Amino acid sequence: MPSLQLSLSISPLTDPTLSPQPKPQSLLLVPHTPLRPKHLLCCLFATAKNAIIVEDQNAVVNGRVGADTGVPAEEDLLLPAGLQKEFMPKHVAVIMDGNRRWARMRGLPVVLGYEAGIRALRRVMGLCCKWGIIRVLTVFAFSSDNWFRPKVEVDFLMRLFGRGLKDELENFVRKNIRISVIGDSSKLPKPLQELIMAATETTKNNSGLHLIVAVNYSGQRDIVQACQSIALKAKDGLIEPEDINEFLIEQELDTRCAAFPHPDLLIRTSGELRVSNFLLWQLAYTELFFTQSHWPEFGESEFLEALHSFQQRQRRYGGKNT
Amino acid sequence: MDKGRTNQATQMFENLGGILRKFIFSILSIGPVPSHIAFIMDGNRRYAKKQNLIDGDGHRTGFSALMNMLKYCYELGTKHVTVYAFSIDNFKRSPEEVQSIMQLMQEKIEGLIEEESIVNRYGIRVYFLGDLKLLNKPVRLAAERAMGATAKNSKAVLSICIAYTSLDEITHAVQESVEEKCDEIRVLNTSGAGYHHREHLINVTDIEEHMYTAVAPNPDIIIRTSGETRLSNFLLWQSAFCILYSPSVLWPEISVWHLVWAVLDFQRNYSYLEEKKKQA
Repeated sequence: MPSLQLSLSISPLTDPTLSPQPKPQSLLLVPHTPLRPKHLLCCLFATAKNAIIVEDQNAVVNGRVGADTGVPAEEDLLLPAGLQKEFMPKHVAVIMDGNRRWARMRGLPVVLGYEAGIRALRRVMGLCCKWGIIRVLTVFAFSSDNWFRPKVEVDFLMRLFGRGLKDELENFVRKNIRISVIGDSSKLPKPLQELIMAATETTKNNSGLHLIVAVNYSGQRDIVQACQSIALKAKDGLIEPEDINEFLIEQELDTRCAAFPHPDLLIRTSGELRVSNFLLWQLAYTELFFTQSHWPEFGESEFLEALHSFQQRQRRYGGKNT
Repeated sequence: MDKGRTNQATQMFENLGGILRKFIFSILSIGPVPSHIAFIMDGNRRYAKKQNLIDGDGHRTGFSALMNMLKYCYELGTKHVTVYAFSIDNFKRSPEEVQSIMQLMQEKIEGLIEEESIVNRYGIRVYFLGDLKLLNKPVRLAAERAMGATAKNSKAVLSICIAYTSLDEITHAVQESVEEKCDEIRVLNTSGAGYHHREHLINVTDIEEHMYTAVAPNPDIIIRTSGETRLSNFLLWQSAFCILYSPSVLWPEISVWHLVWAVLDFQRNYSYLEEKKKQA
């Protein structure tokens, strides 16, 4: 028998709060040295019904897989009370409105409103990672009509995005977060474009939360650029116009990078009841939730309110009530 | 005798209601009035259940509510009204329900063509927007007849979305835009003029021209009744800058007050939204 105790630590995957301790259904084997055939041989001799081998020690917390792998174990879901796992949205979109109003209400300069907005975004991302069921989070950071804001503000926002990407990249890698940016990035300052490319490239294989940031984005332009790509293919004889269907258009939209391109839930803060040229095609069946709170104030309780509202809604997709 | 008195009383209340409405609308008209309001008429079946009626009667009451709302909109001065009557997704409902809705629609469409109908009284031109090939022949023919019969009306426009979804509409517009551009290029190439590569083959206006809803400007307000806050594949492209209002009232119970509230919200946001539309 290989020397288990020296090269492996074994923990039963059971709830330590239960008493008496039931017989473990699974054993968790965490090799302290790189995985070798002898570890697999140990599994064969183990008394448990199945064994899980985890290569990364850091992924084990209190004998459980979870935390930083981005994919929580079944019994680990830290969903707040009252929320049902099977009715959680897979893709949440947010229009982060009200940063400037929040600042003005407090007599603060507008730029502090934007910074508070970034903190709110971090809070929401943290919650998504913690709960683990929301797989995609799309945020409307900068609309194509926001260029008309004062130049000082726009420049500050561009610097804020760049700083955010640089500062958070390590965190994204550690938390297995993937970042994508949608919208016309050709109009953004060159340094920011480079930071975006670096961040998207570095995180493209991450399998945890997918954060999609819409910068210089317009829902109508997204559809037009999809149409443009299709037109070029048709011009070159690659497709016939009569073959154009919804599926083909979906493949050309900016949101094609997402595993779940259609948001289940759209949250808009600050009380305005409109979509403002955000995802238009993708919102066909999205539940819309409007809240009076301004974006910098948006935290766990506001997010829970939105999710509770979402879970109460009956989604019929045009068909009959179930 | 009593019945006569009741009828007189009802008539009096209706007249008073009409006067009050005209008064409120004249005040509202001091500010900007929406030029296009769209309705998602949700809640007919729930209303029928609530009143212990069959589903079909819920839809009939819903139709009367629609006629009232049309009257209010046109009295207010809103020239365009669009309604979501039947989605392509609704074909998924039970065959009996689909059949009953189709029969009701045929009956009501034929009613629209009559002399004394609301559309002729208010000079309303009617359009049926959607993939009409999906409808059964009697309904499709009735729709085409109604469009022909009201073609000369010019005071207002009623667009009825039937066998419609927004994704289908956009796909259809993309298809037609691409076909048009390919034809243009073919003509240029064969005439010897050649095609000069342009950075943007297709733009926003190309797509908008080919939408079914090109007969009207984009809506200013979309009202969806019964408290559901989603667009359900209705006017997705067109809703970019419009106000979304979702009162919890069921469609057959909608009243002029909901319209007034929506218009007030529109007026509050008017100058901001006009600017946003120009910037887009």
